[in-house]
Amino acid sequence: MAVVQTKQDLVESRIAALAMPEGKAWAKVARQDALARLRAMGLPHRRDEYWKYTDPTSLTQLAASRAALHDDSDETPVFAAIDRLRLVFVDGVFDPAQSDDPALAGVEIMRLTDAMAMDLHWARDYFGKLEAQGQSPVARPLAALNTAFATDGVVIRAIGVAEKPVSLIYLHRDPSSDAILHHVVRVESGASLTLLENGPAAARFNKVMEVSVADDGVFDHVRTQGRDHERRAVTHVFARLGARSQYKSFTLTANGVLTRNEHVITLTGGDASAHVAGAALGDGASGAFHHDDTVFITHDAERCESRQVFKKVLRNSAVGVFQGKILVKPGAQKTDGYQISQSLLLDDDSVFLAKPELEIYADDVSCSHGSTTGAIDETALFYLRARGVPRDVATDLLVLAFIDEAIAEIADARLAEDIRHRLELWLGRRRQG
Amino acid sequence: MAALDTDIRDGVDRETVETVQAMSGTYKYGWSTDIEMDYAPKGVNEDIVRLISEKNEEPEWMTDWRLQAFKRWKQMAEPEWAMLNYPPIDYQDQYYYARPKSMAEKPKSLDEVDPKLLATYKKLGIPLKEQMILAGVAGAEDMPTEGRKVAVDAVFDSVSVGTTFQAELKKAGVIFCSISEAIREHPELVKKYLGSVVPITDNYFATLNSAVFSDGSFVYIPPGVRCPMELSTYFRINAENTGQFERTLIIADKGSYVSYLEGCTAPKRDTHQLHAAVVELVLLEDAEIKYSTVQNWYPGDAEGRGGIYNFVTKRADCRGDRSKVMWTQVETGSAITWKYPSCILRGDDSQGEFYSIAIANNAQQADTGTKMVHLGKRTKSRIVSKGISAGRAQNTYRGLVSMHPKATDSRNYTQCDSLLIGDKCGAHTVPYIEVKNNSSRVEHEATTSKVDDDQMFYCRSRGMGEEEAVALIVNGFAREVLQALPMEFAMEAQQLVAISLEGSVG
Repeated sequence: MAVVQTKQDLVESRIAALAMPEGKAWAKVARQDALARLRAMGLPHRRDEYWKYTDPTSLTQLAASRAALHDDSDETPVFAAIDRLRLVFVDGVFDPAQSDDPALAGVEIMRLTDAMAMDLHWARDYFGKLEAQGQSPVARPLAALNTAFATDGVVIRAIGVAEKPVSLIYLHRDPSSDAILHHVVRVESGASLTLLENGPAAARFNKVMEVSVADDGVFDHVRTQGRDHERRAVTHVFARLGARSQYKSFTLTANGVLTRNEHVITLTGGDASAHVAGAALGDGASGAFHHDDTVFITHDAERCESRQVFKKVLRNSAVGVFQGKILVKPGAQKTDGYQISQSLLLDDDSVFLAKPELEIYADDVSCSHGSTTGAIDETALFYLRARGVPRDVATDLLVLAFIDEAIAEIADARLAEDIRHRLELWLGRRRQG
Repeated sequence: MAALDTDIRDGVDRETVETVQAMSGTYKYGWSTDIEMDYAPKGVNEDIVRLISEKNEEPEWMTDWRLQAFKRWKQMAEPEWAMLNYPPIDYQDQYYYARPKSMAEKPKSLDEVDPKLLATYKKLGIPLKEQMILAGVAGAEDMPTEGRKVAVDAVFDSVSVGTTFQAELKKAGVIFCSISEAIREHPELVKKYLGSVVPITDNYFATLNSAVFSDGSFVYIPPGVRCPMELSTYFRINAENTGQFERTLIIADKGSYVSYLEGCTAPKRDTHQLHAAVVELVLLEDAEIKYSTVQNWYPGDAEGRGGIYNFVTKRADCRGDRSKVMWTQVETGSAITWKYPSCILRGDDSQGEFYSIAIANNAQQADTGTKMVHLGKRTKSRIVSKGISAGRAQNTYRGLVSMHPKATDSRNYTQCDSLLIGDKCGAHTVPYIEVKNNSSRVEHEATTSKVDDDQMFYCRSRGMGEEEAVALIVNGFAREVLQALPMEFAMEAQQLVAISLEGSVG
């Protein structure tokens, strides 16, 4: 790929500002390979087709923009009621003191830097490998940057049915922190794992998670991206799914100046299933709000199913972006692919930009996508108001109903209930001013 | 370039120009494919642009306009974003100007006309009488017409060779002629509107067209006039290694209506041929244009040898309030199709519709769709796209729906369905949806499927052959679009759908 000189200069100055952490030979090689990929791709730019709707400048600039700390002591943290294994990161640094003992039945957990200090570690087969495979056909330079320079993270291997969920908690304590985290997850054949994530992490957060699910493995992922108004985040999930495996991911986002969540999922074994869902509540009143969901699902085996459900509720000049793609490779017959992206614009200033794509090279498939945008249904609102429900409460009820299709993608009923509760809490708090 | 100048100014050429002009309305040429042609030398440069302008006896402002476009084109790069794979085009290895040299022999009746040619006309839905006129049958113009009349402008390679029914149209105040004639006869209209919808800076292919277009059709419908008959352009590429660059400009003045049909064919050649057309539609208050296309350029053979590279820019500017445009296209031909008929819905309450069937078989590649740009209040648009892929073909729908902040209370509905026949082909959907106000509603739906086994079984068990059954099912799949076509066109389009899919099953 030809990279123009100015783009080259930009990437070189960014690289110069970062230090590559130490590690054993395998880790060094993976990081150097990622660096070479980054150099070849250059940093993303608004002119790139893949960044047409989201300006990556604040994600690529040398230093993180300051983000004021948000005090969320007015509510109990999400997932607090769930019995889980807590791993806490403060501004992108693992904090053993606040974390639980990582010993958990059915799961092996290690800090990424510790794994990299070992001559032999299972993570070498995945670290940087899944990310590299996810760089084609679309370049994701910020993920390559992450692999090359990530300073922390965890490697998690499920060898059986995990006793309880593993919960990654990202705390933001420094208004100018710039965190790069990289996690590797391997779900072995027949094993199952639920991974929870919550918290803003840092003023600027670049996170990559590589997930390999072996045949018959089950992986559930639920995350919330907190209420911090000023934080910026770019996250990537690179997943490869074996035969009959099941993958489910749900993300709830409220606030944040900029969020770009990318999912790159490849179904490599027959009868596998991948569900990716997201709900974003965007309010531009507390500063800007720009939320971008970019999903790329590749069907490379027969009889697989994929489902993408993305809902956005936008107000006060909030911007919602959805770029979703289903790629069905030759021979991936009997594919069932579904994608829906919907936005509810609560006022006239908000913007929804969507690019829902299908690219299909097999004939015996059933693929569909839908996308709708519009205001809240006045008839439904009237119905509720005629029954004595105040306008703002009625609006929130309809918002909850609108988002519920995405929440329904969460496999665990307790987690789904927790998310619903959280959503009601946030909407209620907003109503009261 | 001195040699070139003497070459084009010799007697034979002058004669050609004059004959072509004298023929308006009564083109008496037999459509054999072995025609002596006058070519300008291969390649494109300022001199060629000047030469084309000179051949069309254009005024200086027109020559300057072309030169400006050419200057711009030299600085532009060919777009690469489409899902199309083709070897680089050598723009200097094409003829940019070719016109029939002699029109001496004319057939006495339809029996003497190449039956294949007539079959082509029939597929295009051109009524019998017009087939005769276009085929150059002597006296055809004076014969009584049965049923509905269609006025036809035929463009052969680079030159408009004849426009029928001009006199009758004139009575209604409608101007329908070749664009070169319009530049000479109606410069005020051309000056005002040419390039006002697709400016010379628009895109690589449109800019090239602006520099080198040699002919095309021009239509002006005066205020309040409902065009008394359907207008039609028939394009044919005949000469080898020749690019065809026609330019169509249609102006529908306040409260007027016109239905316009466009058909295209080209002979089989082993080499690829370039076609880069521009169509501009201007709609003033309450005007309505129906623009229907049956594009059947030579698609190349089963191995992908030959075929037309079709890069077309079509755009309608609904300037007036309550104006309405409807694009209907049946795209069955061309090795490469790059075409996005668009609607700029500027006037309040204006409407845009796009109905498309794109069939790609064998090694064909189509990247086609539409753009609906909502600028005015209460504007409406509807997109119905049916893509059918067979053989090793790739078929892409690419579209944009954009609701600007001021386009309040607007509405869009998009439906794009793809049908795959065989496991070697591809069907892709690339829609862009941009919504910037909340009183508008935008809905997009897309599906991809194969020919349903149950439907096939039903047809087969009633004694239909496999190909016949596929044709029936595909026609059912594309019904919404076929219904949007003018009636004669729709019948022929159905047959064309069947023909295009020949050899796609089994």
